[in-house]
Amino acid sequence: MKKKQNKETEAREIISAKPDRLVDIYHERLSFFTPAGEVKALNDVSLSVKPGEILGIVGESGSGKSVTAYSLMGLTAYPGKLLGGDLWFNGHYVNDMTERDFCKMRGNEVSIIFQDPMTSLNPVYTIGNQIEEVIRLHTDKNRKQAKARALELLELVGINEPEKRLKQYPHELSGGMRQRVMIAIGLACEPKLLIADEPTTALDVTIQAQILELMMDLKKKLDMAIILITHDLGVVAGTCDRIAVMYAGQIVESGTTEEIFYHPSHEYTKGLIASIPKLHEEEHTRLVPIEGTPVDLLNPPKGCPFAPRCVNCMKVCLDRQPAFTEISDTHISKCWLLDKAKWEAERKAEN
Amino acid sequence: MLKYIIKRVILAILTIWLVATLTFFLMHAVPGGPFVAEKSISPQAIEALNKKFGMDKSLPEQYMTYMFGSRNEETGKIEGGVIRGDFSLSLKQRGFTVSRIITTKFPVSAKVGGLAILLALVVGIPLGSIAALNRGKWADNVILVFTTCGIAFPSFVVCTVTMYLFSMKLGILPSGGLDLGTSYILPVFSLAFYPMAYITRLMRSSMLDVVGQDYMRTAKAKGLSQSVCLFKHALRNAILPVVTYLGPMIAGTLSGSFIVEKIFRIPGLGGQFVSSITNRDYTVIMGTTIFYAALVIVMILLVDILYKLIDPRIELK
Repeated sequence: MKKKQNKETEAREIISAKPDRLVDIYHERLSFFTPAGEVKALNDVSLSVKPGEILGIVGESGSGKSVTAYSLMGLTAYPGKLLGGDLWFNGHYVNDMTERDFCKMRGNEVSIIFQDPMTSLNPVYTIGNQIEEVIRLHTDKNRKQAKARALELLELVGINEPEKRLKQYPHELSGGMRQRVMIAIGLACEPKLLIADEPTTALDVTIQAQILELMMDLKKKLDMAIILITHDLGVVAGTCDRIAVMYAGQIVESGTTEEIFYHPSHEYTKGLIASIPKLHEEEHTRLVPIEGTPVDLLNPPKGCPFAPRCVNCMKVCLDRQPAFTEISDTHISKCWLLDKAKWEAERKAEN
Repeated sequence: MLKYIIKRVILAILTIWLVATLTFFLMHAVPGGPFVAEKSISPQAIEALNKKFGMDKSLPEQYMTYMFGSRNEETGKIEGGVIRGDFSLSLKQRGFTVSRIITTKFPVSAKVGGLAILLALVVGIPLGSIAALNRGKWADNVILVFTTCGIAFPSFVVCTVTMYLFSMKLGILPSGGLDLGTSYILPVFSLAFYPMAYITRLMRSSMLDVVGQDYMRTAKAKGLSQSVCLFKHALRNAILPVVTYLGPMIAGTLSGSFIVEKIFRIPGLGGQFVSSITNRDYTVIMGTTIFYAALVIVMILLVDILYKLIDPRIELK
């Protein structure tokens, strides 16, 4: 089975990475083979991250945000399987990497912070043990040097009394503090890329702001790229350089933060932005929800996956998938309405 | 920690006293007595025996004597009483003190039992982990069948089947006694079979739980190899339910199994305990019960302390 797959990749021409990109994903397709059938989690996802850049991936639960990031690290959980596409990270061709290669890369070139700091640390080992572990794995520092580095890291992420914390267990720290420890573990080997998978979702609002601020601060200090995965547009607005909006395992719109917030062109993005509560409005208006339910990825629709929930849905939307329309060099969007607008503009010009 | 242990020891003494008292009165509530079965003895002789061992006195009086000592009208014994660790004489095995019976028979049971515990752990923990890590695959199914057998088969079936196979048919292992090294194999295996299956099941379910935890994903994301993830991060968390089961299991197995000891003709404490009940050998029943209770309590205390060492979240209060 595996051999056959390898042959297929050999036969296909591999799309190579562009030199100035840290992450380059081309047409990734990934499915989970569950007893109920094939869940098409990722359907032709392409994205890229430049060194030192912050990319926000926004979308609702199950849209494939985390799966995209995990597949880059080889963390796709069973029964997930990469079916197609080319994944490049920092000069590695991820498709061909073995578990051993991944082990060398994880925690070293790319790190990840998870959503729930309460459960992400092993309860039976001290904080110090868990930080030093990753340092000793990827560098040839000895026990003493690793401890010194761990101390330095705890100071870096703004934990008070770091000496004491090293000897403490996760259950003795607060949620915000544990997330700081997770960040310290992530940064231990100064990775090129930090994947933050909803790093603030499980924290209360004041701590959220602190953690985000810390991440931005560290990003500047260490000059790494960040992929920030979230469903909270408020989080990406102030932090990201570029944003990719995902829906039903596809990227439906991608552009710079300004483009996404000021010129949203996909109906889903518009809906998301409209649903943000407005603090400064005098009159209290009701929140605007996006009606309907998310797509069932077991049986994805033939047309645009968002069509059943779209207020401006046309006939063509239900029948055929739209292609990307380039709005500017950096801004692309997948919506038939854009094609319609373009077509109408062309016809006007002809007349 | 020290305060906790002192508290537990005081509680243990209270528990043992309760067990001893209950056993004493229950035992006497059962019809019959140590000298009833011996038909050849004349009524006068029985009366004399009863008098010698204080059986003619009222029950509370006997209880007080047993607990706090004295008597010895020409070696009716009971001198220090249980409170000073003196379990008096056996009523049936003339000339043997109960303490002597326990100290000679317990090591025999403990040797077989200890080996059985070791076998159960050494096989059960890896087997359970393997089953969990290969969930739904053939290895898991094979192990599932094995553990179901282990839990469903009563020990006399295991004993007789293995004896029939290895001693009678193949003739490679001795069928009883403990004279040779190889004669340990069958009783140890028979004794270990149930706990082995049980530990495998416990380990499988807790391992499945642990493998799905977020911290395992963190460990993997750090770049740790699968073996480090498993041995460092998963095992220590997954082993807790096994440790819980270990306390009573060790006490039960060390003190010997009546069935296994009877079938393989092992002169251990388990066989002794049951025969003393059928014989109404009151002092031996009391002695072994108290000994067993103490053993269980000590093991549970050790397990609780071990628990704290494995999982720092647990507080001993």
